[in-house]
Amino acid sequence: MTSEHAVDHHDVDIDKHVRIYVTVFVALMALTIITVAISRLHLPVHIAVSIALLVALIKGSLVACYFMHLISEKKLIYAVLGLTAAFFAALLALPALTTSNGFWIH
Amino acid sequence: MEIPYTVEIRRDTGLTNGKIGIWLFLASEVMLFGALFASYILIRTGAPVWPRGDTILNVPLATFNTIVLISSSVTMVMAWASLKRNRFGTFRMYMGATILLGATFLVVKYFEYSHKFELGLFPSTSNFLALYFTLTGLHMLHVIGGMAVNAYFWGPGAKLWKTNPEWFTNRVEHSGLFWHFVDLVWIFLFPTLYLL
Amino acid sequence: MAFPRLNMLSYWSFFLGGVTMLVSFFVPGGSAQSGWTSYAPLAVIASTGQTVWLFGMVFLITSSLLGAINFIATTIQLRAKGLTFMRFPFFVWAQFVTAFLLLLAFPPLEAAAFMQLMDRLAGTSFFLPSGLVVSGQVLTNAGGGNPLLWQHLFWFLAHPEVYVLILPAMGIVAEIIANNTRKPLWGYRSMVYSLIFLGFMSFIVWAHHMFMTGMGTAMAAFFQTTTMIISIPSVVILTALIISLWGGSIRFNTPMLFACGFLPMFGIGGLTGLPLGLNVTDIPLHDTYYVIAHFHYVVAPGTIFALFAGIYYWYPKATGRKMSETLGKIHFAGSFVCMNVVFMPMFIMGLAGVSRRLYDGGAGYAFAQPVLHWNIVSSWGAWALGLFQLPFIFNFFWSIWKGEKAEDNAWQATTIEWAAAPSPPPHGNFHVAPEAYRGPYEYSVPGAARDFVPQCEA
Repeated sequence: MTSEHAVDHHDVDIDKHVRIYVTVFVALMALTIITVAISRLHLPVHIAVSIALLVALIKGSLVACYFMHLISEKKLIYAVLGLTAAFFAALLALPALTTSNGFWIH
Repeated sequence: MEIPYTVEIRRDTGLTNGKIGIWLFLASEVMLFGALFASYILIRTGAPVWPRGDTILNVPLATFNTIVLISSSVTMVMAWASLKRNRFGTFRMYMGATILLGATFLVVKYFEYSHKFELGLFPSTSNFLALYFTLTGLHMLHVIGGMAVNAYFWGPGAKLWKTNPEWFTNRVEHSGLFWHFVDLVWIFLFPTLYLL
Repeated sequence: MAFPRLNMLSYWSFFLGGVTMLVSFFVPGGSAQSGWTSYAPLAVIASTGQTVWLFGMVFLITSSLLGAINFIATTIQLRAKGLTFMRFPFFVWAQFVTAFLLLLAFPPLEAAAFMQLMDRLAGTSFFLPSGLVVSGQVLTNAGGGNPLLWQHLFWFLAHPEVYVLILPAMGIVAEIIANNTRKPLWGYRSMVYSLIFLGFMSFIVWAHHMFMTGMGTAMAAFFQTTTMIISIPSVVILTALIISLWGGSIRFNTPMLFACGFLPMFGIGGLTGLPLGLNVTDIPLHDTYYVIAHFHYVVAPGTIFALFAGIYYWYPKATGRKMSETLGKIHFAGSFVCMNVVFMPMFIMGLAGVSRRLYDGGAGYAFAQPVLHWNIVSSWGAWALGLFQLPFIFNFFWSIWKGEKAEDNAWQATTIEWAAAPSPPPHGNFHVAPEAYRGPYEYSVPGAARDFVPQCEA
């Protein structure tokens, strides 16, 4: 099944990447166990949310940076994602700020 | 006329058309799920009482599903790495594993949903359940979509490896990016719905 | 395009969406009747047509998303050799920014449409508050939903949407003005930066459509401030277009008439938006005829005039023939006058307090009596406006066979579509891939052989 135009000059690079993938996988498993364990402590909601969010952010960053290769992506992709992140933040924060039960500031 | 930058990168951007295309699509998906999370925030903070996730939902089962999905992310990236290493057979194996793990995720979700229905718990029962079914339901649609694309590249689409292996590798990479995104959404959905 | 099959998918999704919308007229209960805003709870309890509308929206949104991806990727990756970003025709910049607005603003509405479908079909209560009484009965839904959630998600799209409506129009007007003044656009760089700034700001102003929902003074102040800020780039672009006329060798052909007509009309539309964007002055004006007048001025003698201009301008490129100038001028003159006859009186009605969406145009209210007659003026204007579209429709079809044959570069334009592609273009658009050597508006260059030097001329 091999072909003349097959790409094989990345072999060394790929070996390093594969090692990283395995490491990240182990980290993700550990963090999953951790987040479930902490949830069983039934901490007060605000603290529980903060910790769960933090762990999720770490896990998400690992997937994004290493599985999705974001850590070595091009500037243009960073620009698009940066813009997206800003609007994502606005969408999550602003409506909640307009309700009296949300994060009310008067 | 051949469309340029399908396989080779454009020098000033450093990207292929497909790479930009898939990231633009993922950006729009971030906004889609963002709206759903924003809805969760608004509805939950506006509710006088809100059940803790583990009082209604099956945390052990969902934890298992989380491990399944994360594993499928690893097999997905390994599938792409195998192509980069010119090992088509290994690619087939890892891609097959990815699809199987995706199917496992769906089977577990089927059991979760049907158990809820048996207990008379439907989306219309409460806002907690409405959000649970809608968010996991839309996520599930994305899992199915991703699996369909992966199945295409495992099966009929794999013909491309013989004629244009670089293009095939890139397409598998782009498909992988979508799959990782689906995993990423679950990484946030799982604690939000089940643990808080 | 970078992704031809995606292009096709985008079109057919749009087609399906259109068919779905039209089908909604024939379902029991008729079509959607909850306004383009589909506000909950009305839209949730409305008849079947609303469900069809929501599905239609899902198709249309998908179409726009796929198109946006294609436009952005193509603009970045497949532009001609030598065509750097700051050498783009302004229209290309406008479409580029518009594509980003569509890409990032539409998905929340898609999510919201899905949730409204869940409310209608699965009995959920995302947008239904507790204890809602419909026709004398309390709804048995779970309740606890938030109608304002719908509004936030809807307007998160719908505000950028209005910039989606105006940005391409500004792009068209810019192209036609440069071409028919035989000089470069004034302030091109400022216009481009304004476009980008405008696009960004458009995402954080949306709740100025919700000033009456009780959001508290802090958030109202926030949205009022961002709204005032966003008027600045708009003014910069309009001013630059107006200054671009100064010292020009103006040709008053039909595209140029519409393009010039756009300028004061968009000016009126934009200025009348200011009291709506300030939350205190919005209080008496919200949901009145004043709002209708404001947005129609920007979209009707605004965007639609720009679209007419674009049709007359690019018709020769698409067909190889020109549309009749005489009929075009009649179309313009009649439309320009009638647009104002229809919409100017609505400012007066709105200032008098007449609400919008009243079945009787305000006749049931004592305070509306002194201004009611303006309804009749608007109506006459509307009928006349309709009549003046007939020469355009006739012209459009008649000219396909009988229009004056046009040369490839019918308007002696500098931009690549005119200078390098035949009229009409063959498959692949160009016989030879063009290359850009200079800016897009090299008109009246001292010492040049003609009064224009095409962007792609070696």
